[in-house]
Amino acid sequence: MNVKTLTSAIALTLAAGATQAETGLIVGIQLEPPHLDPTSAAAGAIDQVLYSNVFEGLTRFGPDGSVNPGLAESWEISEDGLTYTFKLHEGVTFHDGTTMDADDVVFSLDRARAEDSANAQKALFAEIKTVEAVDPSTVRVTLSSANGSFLFNMAWGDAVIVATESIEDIKTMPIGTGAFKFSNWVQGDQIELVRNENYWGTPASLESATFKFISDPTAAFAAMMAEDVDVFYSYPAPENLPQFEADPRFEVLVGSSEGETILSTNNLMEPFTDIRVRKALAHAIDRQAIIDGAMFGLGTPIGTHFAPHNPDYVDLTANSQYDPELAKSLLAEAGYPDGFTTTLKLPPPSYARRGGEIIASQLRAVGIQTEISNLEWAQWLEQVFRGKDFGLTIVSHTEPFDIGIYARPDYYFQYDNPDFQKLIADLTAETDPAKRSELIAMAQTIISNDYVNVYLFQLAVPTVVKAGVQGIWPDAPTQAIDLTVVSWSK
Amino acid sequence: MNTYRNLVIGATLSGLFVIAALVSFLWVPYDIENLNIAERMRTPTPAHPLGTDHFGRDILSMVMIGARTSIAVAFVAVGIGMGLGVPLGLAAAAHKGSLLDEVIGRGNDLVFAFPSLLIAILITATFGPSAVNAIIAIGIFNVPVFARLTRGSALSLWKREFIMAARVSGKTTVRISIEHILPNLSNLLIVQGTIQFSLAILAEAALSYVGLGAQPPTPSWGRMLADSQTMISLAPHLALAPGLAIVFTVLGLNLLGDGLRDVFDPRLRRGRT
Repeated sequence: MNVKTLTSAIALTLAAGATQAETGLIVGIQLEPPHLDPTSAAAGAIDQVLYSNVFEGLTRFGPDGSVNPGLAESWEISEDGLTYTFKLHEGVTFHDGTTMDADDVVFSLDRARAEDSANAQKALFAEIKTVEAVDPSTVRVTLSSANGSFLFNMAWGDAVIVATESIEDIKTMPIGTGAFKFSNWVQGDQIELVRNENYWGTPASLESATFKFISDPTAAFAAMMAEDVDVFYSYPAPENLPQFEADPRFEVLVGSSEGETILSTNNLMEPFTDIRVRKALAHAIDRQAIIDGAMFGLGTPIGTHFAPHNPDYVDLTANSQYDPELAKSLLAEAGYPDGFTTTLKLPPPSYARRGGEIIASQLRAVGIQTEISNLEWAQWLEQVFRGKDFGLTIVSHTEPFDIGIYARPDYYFQYDNPDFQKLIADLTAETDPAKRSELIAMAQTIISNDYVNVYLFQLAVPTVVKAGVQGIWPDAPTQAIDLTVVSWSK
Repeated sequence: MNTYRNLVIGATLSGLFVIAALVSFLWVPYDIENLNIAERMRTPTPAHPLGTDHFGRDILSMVMIGARTSIAVAFVAVGIGMGLGVPLGLAAAAHKGSLLDEVIGRGNDLVFAFPSLLIAILITATFGPSAVNAIIAIGIFNVPVFARLTRGSALSLWKREFIMAARVSGKTTVRISIEHILPNLSNLLIVQGTIQFSLAILAEAALSYVGLGAQPPTPSWGRMLADSQTMISLAPHLALAPGLAIVFTVLGLNLLGDGLRDVFDPRLRRGRT
């Protein structure tokens, strides 16, 4: 009986493999988007589903983080760096058939930077003075001050081009210009996209794409093993990866992400106001143990708030090498020879929950007692991010090039250094690449020397892919799962 | 001897865990506060009889201290249930048919109307997850269990002649409840208490499993299970140890409860032989 079942199972598998031509793709992701408007929420899940697939911006990120032409096929920058003239692709239509022209660009950018705009990244548009439509395929953007990263800013999911005609229902019925059209959203389960047959660029190879929301690691494992999903982006349980690697049915891509995982420190709370205490924290922590214990070896140690794969990265890990004795003497010097007690609030991801237990143990070894509380995301956002009611917390900052948050004294870790704020202002105004690199290096060094937070490791993004799927981005330069170039091998 | 089989097996099993919990106050094989990442997920060896977990902690030590957490939570929770439920039940029985009886009765119905774990999750979610809130949550749904049991049994006692005699001699309702009714209920309460104790251990494990019980680094069986869930195909012993600890403790307490009932209730004993 067993043999018979087995044989028939094999026969079935072979038959299926032989006849079924794969045309669709099912992608597992951890979180469900709260709604479908990338221009009015910070939730990364919105961009994961829609960026590049449904919505496009003037420029777009490539798989390596480079900024490439998007809806703008070319642009000219004036001598003083204040005027950008974008030449738009012609013949681009939105999914509802309306034309995408300069007026839509003006509308989108004006909407994003408006006083009452709900855009989560309004800083991206801060320097824009005016946006004008010169003719239907030309847009001129004038800046109030030069901004070396303007084209980079325009590639963000928060800066995509939306249509005047369909803005009303964007949260449930997103209409973009991308290679995929939104088709259906089964709340709590999945979002379905279908190929846009009238796409202006190279059409997608996939006929359809489905994003399934699976946040539970066990369920993710089961879904992948049963081949219910073809790709699992940012797979939640690193401990299972060796199993997928050993299985010929799957491939594991371990990419770098923009996620600087840090032990965030409330710089306005006693005793963290004392730099010696913050320095003690940095030396009390063994990063490699956290990477091994919490991430099963996935991750790169960092010494500042910057992604190691970025060419401008400065390796400052030596600034805070693991040295518990030094940490103890620093604490004694700061007046805490017997340590102190603080809170450690942990959001749900395993890097935080597991990392938190390891950090608590390492801090205990130098005399710092932590009261751990495990919070759900909503509670974490309310208590820690908005309420600033925490001593320590662990979180991964996944936005690209986000060192600028250290120039915001009201940001949740409350670091207030006028020199640093001046430096970031200079950096924003600087357009010369060499000078920018220099300023970026200085910024990294300042926050490292000030021990604002304990910089733990760069989050790795493991993606489990079924054999035969090609074109998945291994790295995550932005929160996107670009399916426009994904295909099944024949 | 056969009559006492349940009692002996039950007492042995649950006694084992109580002893493990008590011993853990004085001694555990390894310090579980210091994580040893290099030694993680080792299979059982003589040095680590139950292996090590994903942080390199000795699982035997974790299970022993986990027993402490489980037993302490269950003990206090059942204590709350008895401490509130029994007086309420006595009062309701003493004033049968009065408004007080109605209020207590309907209050019990209200708590009973919700699944017990749902109430516990509601409480811990509102007031934040911690061992104390888990105790309160589990304690609250133990109250009506004891209140109902006490009221029902006390009502039948109130009709008995010795109670009549006490009333005639002028004792107040409160004194009769405490001096005559309560002692006659004690066997029943002990048996029910044992059963509730096992349910409370299960409830604590369930709450910890969903992250609403004792917070790390305090070990708890439920959270050990939750932590080992994704690693079950890599290292099954991680889940096996706390899982079996829960099974054996609950089984032991149930057998103990059954055994005690057999001992305390002569009618049952006669029926069985």
